[in-house]
Amino acid sequence: MRALDFAYMWDLVPVLLGYIPLTLFMALVGMVCALVLASIMAVERVFRVPVLDWFVRLFISFFRGTPLLVQLFLFYYGLPQVLSFLTTIDGVSATIMGLTLHFSAYMAESIRAAILGVDRSQWEAAQAVGMTQGQMMRQIIMPQAARVAAPTLVNYFIDMIKGTSLAFTLGVTELMGATQKEAAGSFLYFEAFLVVAAIYWIIVEALAFVQRRLEIHLNKAHAR
Amino acid sequence: MTTGSGISIRNLSKSFGDTAVLTDISLEIAPGERVVVIGPSGTGKSTLLRCLNFLDRPDAGTLQLGDLSVDAKTASRAEILALRRRTSFVFQNYALFANKTARQNITQALIAVKGLSKADANRRADDILRETGLTARAEAYPAALSGGQQQRVGIGRAMALDADLMLFDEPTSALDPEWVGEVLDLMRRVAEKRQTMLIVTHEMQFAREIADRIVFMSEGRIIEQGPPAQLLENPQDPRTKAFLRRVS
Repeated sequence: MRALDFAYMWDLVPVLLGYIPLTLFMALVGMVCALVLASIMAVERVFRVPVLDWFVRLFISFFRGTPLLVQLFLFYYGLPQVLSFLTTIDGVSATIMGLTLHFSAYMAESIRAAILGVDRSQWEAAQAVGMTQGQMMRQIIMPQAARVAAPTLVNYFIDMIKGTSLAFTLGVTELMGATQKEAAGSFLYFEAFLVVAAIYWIIVEALAFVQRRLEIHLNKAHAR
Repeated sequence: MTTGSGISIRNLSKSFGDTAVLTDISLEIAPGERVVVIGPSGTGKSTLLRCLNFLDRPDAGTLQLGDLSVDAKTASRAEILALRRRTSFVFQNYALFANKTARQNITQALIAVKGLSKADANRRADDILRETGLTARAEAYPAALSGGQQQRVGIGRAMALDADLMLFDEPTSALDPEWVGEVLDLMRRVAEKRQTMLIVTHEMQFAREIADRIVFMSEGRIIEQGPPAQLLENPQDPRTKAFLRRVS
């Protein structure tokens, strides 16, 4: 057993910190797109639009049923071979696309469950005052579903942040890719990956703090 | 002042699966008339109310409110929306929007449905809050309100819509006894404005006071109806007599 090279680890931190913006960028863009897509699919699943419902169920089934890594390889290495306009897709875009589609499938199901969990009285009251279906969903149902779904959605976001590390397999030099390169140069694999693990961990913990604030905000209507 | 256009209900029927809940209900309510529906539990009183704004879709029959005529069999989404916008509904369980304050519960539909500006909606809400005695609780969420306060907001929300017809579905049945009085008081004030009202309730004394007409229902049919004094003191049908003996 050898001693840890703390000096190396210390010097590695600022190098790796520089890659955090790219990691957060991919996760944030992916999360926003996934939320939009998942909300649309969840509402569709609740109302069961003919034909579209079949398509959405197939979509959810595929993106939940196959590994994220396989999906990323499909988009980045596979699709350009059959769809010529995709030949210019870069690793970052492919990652964002993969994360969006993959996580939207999971999120659609938890948003759907949250929508169905909103008390029947809320739907009836919205109908009784003469709201259109769109107004009812936007103003009454979705805000209440958001409160129920928030903890799960933050969980998916955490998963997504960690999922960005797979971009390295598409040749993107992000947090994980950079660590890999540094480690390959120094042969200090344990130190390098220990540092990057700590960085991911701290990012996620910071997010957990935001989550608590968010939940307090979303619960303000329910405090007695 | 008389509000609203009254409603004419013709041959309304509703079944849940094989169970007929309403059978051939016809009822005319004149503008400004206050009609109370009484009858045993499970007799279709609430379903009748819910069919009038299509919270439950009737199987057959027509509804006429002013120039709006809706046939249950062919009712389109637009017709149902128009019908709901001419009626207002007070729920047994209050059904306040849980994510909105007392004030927002009143303004929400004024802005979204009636197209009022936020400022106008808030002014209207101020009036309603004063009338319902809830000015001090305007910014409270439903979860922080007592049952009586919640139902007063529920009635205020319905009042604000200036509907042709206000529907009250057992508005005091879910309340602790201590809150029943304040809710009935508020309903009395609404009735005094000659607002057209159709009320399902078990509060017989209240019905006697404010109703122009009482309708007795049993097993999905209207058995008999008349002014309170006549129906309550001198019922004709044995089923009405039996019911009134049980509740008095």
